[in-house]
Amino acid sequence: MALVSLALAVLRRDLLAAARRGSEWSNPLVFFVMVCALFPLGIGPEPQRLAELAPGILWVVALLASLLASDTVFRSDYDDATLEQMLLSHQALYPQVIAKTLAHWLLSGLPLSLLSPLLGVLLHLPAAGMLALMASLALGSAVLSFIGAIGAALTVGLRKGGLLLSLIILPLYIPVLIFGSSAVKTAVDGGPFLPQLAMLGVFFLIALALAPLAIAGALRISVDQ
Amino acid sequence: MYFDSIGELLAMDGHGPYVWFCYGITALVLCVILFEARRRRLGAEQRVRGVVRRKQASANKAKGKE
Amino acid sequence: MSIWTTFHKWGSPRWFYQFSGRLLPWLGGLSLLLLIGGAVWGLALVPPDYKQGNSFRIIYVHVPASAVAMGAYMMMAIAGAIHLIWRMKLAAMVMKAIAPIGASLTFLALLTGAVWGKPTWGTWWVWDARITSVLILFFLYLGVIALHQAFENREAAAKACAVLVIVGAVNIPIIYWSVEWWYSLHQPASIRFIGESSIHPTMLRPLMATMSGMYLFFAWAMLLFTRTEILDRERNTRWVQDIVCSGDKKPESRSVL
Repeated sequence: MALVSLALAVLRRDLLAAARRGSEWSNPLVFFVMVCALFPLGIGPEPQRLAELAPGILWVVALLASLLASDTVFRSDYDDATLEQMLLSHQALYPQVIAKTLAHWLLSGLPLSLLSPLLGVLLHLPAAGMLALMASLALGSAVLSFIGAIGAALTVGLRKGGLLLSLIILPLYIPVLIFGSSAVKTAVDGGPFLPQLAMLGVFFLIALALAPLAIAGALRISVDQ
Repeated sequence: MYFDSIGELLAMDGHGPYVWFCYGITALVLCVILFEARRRRLGAEQRVRGVVRRKQASANKAKGKE
Repeated sequence: MSIWTTFHKWGSPRWFYQFSGRLLPWLGGLSLLLLIGGAVWGLALVPPDYKQGNSFRIIYVHVPASAVAMGAYMMMAIAGAIHLIWRMKLAAMVMKAIAPIGASLTFLALLTGAVWGKPTWGTWWVWDARITSVLILFFLYLGVIALHQAFENREAAAKACAVLVIVGAVNIPIIYWSVEWWYSLHQPASIRFIGESSIHPTMLRPLMATMSGMYLFFAWAMLLFTRTEILDRERNTRWVQDIVCSGDKKPESRSVL
């Protein structure tokens, strides 16, 4: 019980801090919209071709947006030494890390998934794919948040962490991309997309169980150096 | 030997360029690994010598002061 | 001698340096013998594959490179875990040594795979499950190398890389399985595969030679890189200074590598 209330306290704190700053959670969204708008300009406006490519485009761009956002998970806490306090305190690290990652997902992945139907319409994604798009993005971005948090924890102490973070994290994103975009494609074709969602669910549970260990270890390394 | 002549061995029924390129690039990459090992080794030795030289210099200085 | 004394002895850089020094000539000689012998055998002595013709001879360099590249990542992960759990410094050096070798071999596997694809599939690059997996493995190696270079503090670099390598090792089965699944969805009908089972035993023997040669070469190169790392890290100790400076007085006794 104490662990849950600890996690909730961290979650509340992070959400409040983000609400005051604002730009941190809106920037990835703006990026998502802008890059999606580039695709019709790059490959041509034919609705049919766009509709065919839309599942892949939306998922890849959402993945990049999530990647950009993941740099911020621990950045401000590291800069103002909150992170050091967190590691020095005798509270369990595991629930705190989960809470921080969850807060990050609520601020980056969830808005991305809520916004995605709008971009789906812009890219002529058939209506049948919308639900699958939102559901797969909501679930998949939670996994991306956990993986991204590992990378963020490893690079938070480095001055030029930004590009490095994407190098070490992108290969690990691949399974999520495969099953996420496949869910949308299957839904567009009229097939059942629940198996793909179930796989994303499995990834989420694995990430929930294991990623906090790696994140906590990485944070100790980054703060100690 | 399977091939009748060196020319046939080199040509390999038209697949020669592909096959020989692969073997060549493999030899090259393995050599590059060994050269890199050698280069790093020399660099590390140089740094060890630097440490020794500084140690001797400071020892000589201490002697000179006495 | 208990397992723990063995473990501590292995953890001592000085003991490891001396022990590996005795192994080096054997590893180097045997690996070059097997690699060159296997290459000659595979290039000139074996009959060609009845489907692929002579281009199948690329198997003798491509498959060993891919296999060793895969195994090297797992070794790197094990070394990283040993470093994190038992704080063994030597494991960190081994991990750092493996990264560039593994990355080069993965690159080699990709390149030879692409060149093999041209005569067999008619194209340089196919997004087939295995090639894509090796490409992702290459990315994982590059990430580890980039992360290691970004840290100024050697200890922090080793620990951070250990965490990343372990995370990668946990992910590799998931990635491979996902890519396999992804490919089964999109498998284009025009590409037909020649399974390994169709390889004749006489064609398999040179593969065994180059495969073991490549493993020995990897072990050789890994020891060379690790020994250099030991010299670098322990340069303030007397025994390292003695080794380096004793070579200076009689240059003819210094080994080539």
